[in-house]
Amino acid sequence: MLRRVVTRLPRLAKRAASTTHYFQKPRENDPRWAEIVSDEDVWTRYEDEVDVAIVGGGPAGLSAAIRLRQLANEAGLDAEEFRVCVIEKAANIGDHILSGACLQTTALDELIPDWKERGAPLHTPVKEDEFHIMLNDQKSIRAPFLGNSTWDWMTKNWPMNNHGNYIVRLGNVVAWLGEIAEELGVEVYPGFAATEILYNDDGSVAGVATHDSGIAKDGSPTDSFERGMGFRAKCTIFSEGCHGSLGKQLYQNPEFKLRENCEPQTYATGIKELWKIPAEKHRDGLVLHTVGWPMDKKTYAGSFVYHLTDWGAEEAETLVALGYVVSLDYENPYISPPSEFQRWKHHPLIAEMLEGGERLSYGARALNEGGFQAIPKLTFPGGVLTGCDAGLLNVPKVKGTHNAMKSGMLAAESIFSALQDETREWKHESLDVPEYETALKNSWIYKELKDVRNVRPSFHNPLGFYGGLAYTGFFVCMLKGTFGIDLEKWTLSHGGADHEKMKPAKDFQKIEYPKPDGKLSFDLLSSVALSGTNHNGDQPAHLTLKDDDLRRNLELFDGPEARFCPAGVYEYVTDEESGKKELVINAQNCVHCKTCDIKCPSQNIDWQCPEGGGGPAYGGM
Amino acid sequence: MVRVAVGVKRVIDYAVKIRVKPDGSGVVKDSVKHSMNPFCEIAVEEAVRLKEKKIAKEIVAFTIGPKQCSETLRTALAMGCDRGVHVNVPQLDALTPLQISKMSAKIAETEAADLLIMGKLAIDGDYGQTAAMTAAILDWPQATNLYSLQHNGDNATVEREIDGGLETNEIKTPAVLSVDLRINQPRYATLPNIMKAKKKKVKALKPADLGVDVAPTLTVVKIAEPPTREAGEIVEDVDALIGKLKDAGRI
Repeated sequence: MLRRVVTRLPRLAKRAASTTHYFQKPRENDPRWAEIVSDEDVWTRYEDEVDVAIVGGGPAGLSAAIRLRQLANEAGLDAEEFRVCVIEKAANIGDHILSGACLQTTALDELIPDWKERGAPLHTPVKEDEFHIMLNDQKSIRAPFLGNSTWDWMTKNWPMNNHGNYIVRLGNVVAWLGEIAEELGVEVYPGFAATEILYNDDGSVAGVATHDSGIAKDGSPTDSFERGMGFRAKCTIFSEGCHGSLGKQLYQNPEFKLRENCEPQTYATGIKELWKIPAEKHRDGLVLHTVGWPMDKKTYAGSFVYHLTDWGAEEAETLVALGYVVSLDYENPYISPPSEFQRWKHHPLIAEMLEGGERLSYGARALNEGGFQAIPKLTFPGGVLTGCDAGLLNVPKVKGTHNAMKSGMLAAESIFSALQDETREWKHESLDVPEYETALKNSWIYKELKDVRNVRPSFHNPLGFYGGLAYTGFFVCMLKGTFGIDLEKWTLSHGGADHEKMKPAKDFQKIEYPKPDGKLSFDLLSSVALSGTNHNGDQPAHLTLKDDDLRRNLELFDGPEARFCPAGVYEYVTDEESGKKELVINAQNCVHCKTCDIKCPSQNIDWQCPEGGGGPAYGGM
Repeated sequence: MVRVAVGVKRVIDYAVKIRVKPDGSGVVKDSVKHSMNPFCEIAVEEAVRLKEKKIAKEIVAFTIGPKQCSETLRTALAMGCDRGVHVNVPQLDALTPLQISKMSAKIAETEAADLLIMGKLAIDGDYGQTAAMTAAILDWPQATNLYSLQHNGDNATVEREIDGGLETNEIKTPAVLSVDLRINQPRYATLPNIMKAKKKKVKALKPADLGVDVAPTLTVVKIAEPPTREAGEIVEDVDALIGKLKDAGRI
């Protein structure tokens, strides 16, 4: 008897975005959840008590974890007597890491002095430094002095001098840090997203809870619904990276007042590809940056091109890591950072490097540009902020990893001594360590951020980009860097948050970006495929809208989300029935870059952390 | 009650874009995301359900491969297996299904398993041979590509997915079973279970302990990407179609 099992795939109709996530639609008010919410056995989370919980397994989080266990081991406390837990949303440590990267090893040298013997994947020392100004789509000029050994005496303290640094695949370095952490007894839990901050009755942070699982796309409970797990900690370290989702909540906490005395954070988005190129074209150790074309002089943008050899791979690979970074304070809603990146690659300077090469990977991530002016209060009862969650990136150096690592180490040291001090008076149920902030302000992190604090804001002037270059060249590079003379008694302002800067579409012309040629430049969807990103489809879309009906982005700004998202998550599709354009959210494409949450001019997009294990699978980005 | 052994394999994650090495000797594995073979997840789920129905008293998960496979084993333990066996083989690619089957058979024997459950195939090799060969080596009955499993403690009634539909069999234990996609939906390994899994025992073995020679018997001559598909052409009507086919020398 023939019995065919035929599954018919439903036609995937694009539906207008309709937020079902419980962050916007609380389950306590939802009749579908009434039974579960009232069932204590199901609704109460399983909780565990640890000494320190660390949210985010990147350079800051892992450095903090390693330092804590180093101190614990010295004090004779084993892994069970002093529990340090790292909770990381990526399926594996390193999977969500994306960076240039040109690593300054100052913090690593302090944390793990024998990193070389222990096999840290730092294979390519920087050999050449070049800075080019692209004048148009054909020509470019190389800036003098930098990278020219005759002028080393002048440039050696310039922030963009990379002598002594290493070009690395940061994801691999972080994976290695993860192994070191585990050897020291850190409990590392990848594949779990910390989605909720737990509070004690006195308002101090009690720890975090991981994501609930088994919630369907429409927000209803499924048969496999299970609450996440709670980690109660004496102190919680937040190290989620730039614009972390829990960090965002901490900044909004009216009791903590973390951003009362600092400027709003400002950001850029970097879009990166990793290419394998023929050995003949490869200039191992080359660090190249460009500014100028294709961006207009009003927008702060630039690129990086790093040539590295991955000796750690099965077969040594001659690779080029390249990317384009666009500041998110841009005004023109028609700018599309991922499209700018694709067309920039066609400039002869870059195109001829990539010819005959193969694109291996693609990804994107927002990064901090606020620097000194935007450093918030770093501590609050029960926790601390480290790394890019706080915002410690050095803009002219284009580096944040060394500061992130050092901040993690300082946090660890303050927390450990405080926990060991039996005479210490605790004003709250969990630990408050304001001494961490003092330590950071006395460290080299603070000094270097202070030295370069005016570089980024100097670009807001009538001469735009060139004015900024002139200011930086004169005050920061020549006077301060070469001659050690600090004339900057002033601190320039960034002038407000990025999302306020976008101007109405009617004031601008649509930008016609060239079609990708499939060899050097590529369409968005094939790029996203290379990020390896994937999410369990049956969960509420994690890109939530505070107001589903808001049409301001479309009406005033002509739908900029569809242009600034580097993963094609947002699409405006004409509804067949109403004839109106509706926003469709393809949440599965998301690469967790956070650009939308930052740049949405109506601040309507609220990025929530999806189920752990989802997101990009960057192989050593 | 039966004792169940489940084989799990660590493979490149199904969502990752595979890249062939330039010299054609294999695919790139460095810095590439790996996870448990989806069919192995289904096998573990089926075993755990037997335990929940109180038909199985113990589940032993085993894996063959390099040290990173310990993570795969931990996931199996977190899903509900009781203990693990890890046969350390640095170069898993060099092994054939026959060698894996010999080791699996030996493990089933030494662990005194009544049921050996595996995925019907692994998504990297796509061989689909291991379950059947293991059964032959053990001289046990086998039921492959399972759509459903009902076990009463002594024997089992299974439905197998075949080309024509579903075939129902009765099978006596001990037996080897391989599972297909639709038999179940694997559970998540929850964090509390992952933490508990760290305390579960894992036995470390070498192929020599199982009496199996892992010297390569198969040489991969070449691995290449499939040829790029050429664009198709839409024709206006049947005459045009016939004309095109004639021009191309097909008819």
